[in-house]
Amino acid sequence: MKLPLTTTVNGTTRSHEVEPRQLLVQYLRDQLGLTGTHVGCDTSQCGACTVLVDGDAVKSCTMLSLQAEGRSVETIEGVAQGDQLDPVQRAFIEEHGLQCGYCTPGFIMATKYLLSRNPNPTEDEIREGIDGNLCRCTGYVNIVKAVQRAAAELASGGTR
Amino acid sequence: MNPAAFDYHRATSLEHAAELLGSLGDEAKVLAGGHSLLPFMKLRFATPSALVDIGGVAGHDYVRLDGDVIRIGALTTHRSLSESTMLAEHLPLLRSAASSIGDPQIRARGTLGGSVAHADPAGELPMLCRLLDATIVTTAGSHSAAEFFQGRYTTPLADDELLSEVVFPVAPQRGEYLKFSHRLYDWALVGVAAQRVGGDWRIGLVNVSDTPVRALAAEAALAGGASLHEAAALAAEGLRPAPSHRASADYKLHLTRVLTRRALEQASS
Repeated sequence: MKLPLTTTVNGTTRSHEVEPRQLLVQYLRDQLGLTGTHVGCDTSQCGACTVLVDGDAVKSCTMLSLQAEGRSVETIEGVAQGDQLDPVQRAFIEEHGLQCGYCTPGFIMATKYLLSRNPNPTEDEIREGIDGNLCRCTGYVNIVKAVQRAAAELASGGTR
Repeated sequence: MNPAAFDYHRATSLEHAAELLGSLGDEAKVLAGGHSLLPFMKLRFATPSALVDIGGVAGHDYVRLDGDVIRIGALTTHRSLSESTMLAEHLPLLRSAASSIGDPQIRARGTLGGSVAHADPAGELPMLCRLLDATIVTTAGSHSAAEFFQGRYTTPLADDELLSEVVFPVAPQRGEYLKFSHRLYDWALVGVAAQRVGGDWRIGLVNVSDTPVRALAAEAALAGGASLHEAAALAAEGLRPAPSHRASADYKLHLTRVLTRRALEQASS
């Protein structure tokens, strides 16, 4: 039996009827068409499906869509302002923090969460902060540099 | 992967959840952060007929000092434990062990109550309950940690009984938790905690038995004046760990001895 679900996704209130066993990532991709959130391992390991729920980074493959009732969800589609990229997105481009790009939306959401709680992380803190996200082709060196650049840019007053 | 179909109920309080569970029968399960239960359901290791979601119930996410005990609400996340300045002063081992669980996303969702009720022998928090003689408070009464962990994923919780709070005695002395895992965020192949309580050492072991256990032979040796090295050599006495595809029983026993020595040394330094 479908149940009602109301959430705010990237600032817009959305209401749908959903199956209880629907995962949040399925709601975002299949029902809302927000396919920037990727499914990688589907077992809460790789972090490709990371989104923010009330500001917290979560793996949307390990959350029911009904658990997001009344909450605010931010996906990669909500990060840029029109065609103005977020400093985190720009930093991943500048530092070549992506190659194939599959893991990138998850890394960017994990980075936004990390910097929201720790705006000036050490390299060790960055590596721990992205511990829940796997990259299989770029490697982590440039991703760590991208997080460092994003932190520096935000600290110097860079706007989102 | 989707879980098998189930009915979904959203509880407004723990008492409401207990009522729902009572009316839904023994195939219903409690959903909190979902980071143990949902992976099980997606892999069809668990196929509950109904879920009672307590994730939105307010007032059970707290860490409070109360005399010589610390009261922690069942819905307190691993993140809250790992960031608690009060725990840093009064129960530092719990804080550091919680920060070793999973990754940031998992720590933001996973809860103390869920981990303890799930009773995974590879779980850090059940082991810490056992190590520190925590009291597990439920909607129906309370249980000592010594009798709570009855087996792999097995506790005395009744079908309509929910965990509401875990009460730990303060343990301000330095402790150390070390785990060995294949990947940083992974479950422990073996984990060992060493903690001084008053003048005595306690040693807790993760994932070497169907329940969290203490290395009693090693603890007794230390009480009798043995060196840290001598005691660590006894840490695996009496254990018969289940082998897995990642570690034979002998390898787990070896890890137990090595990690015990390191945890004792680091907690003493």
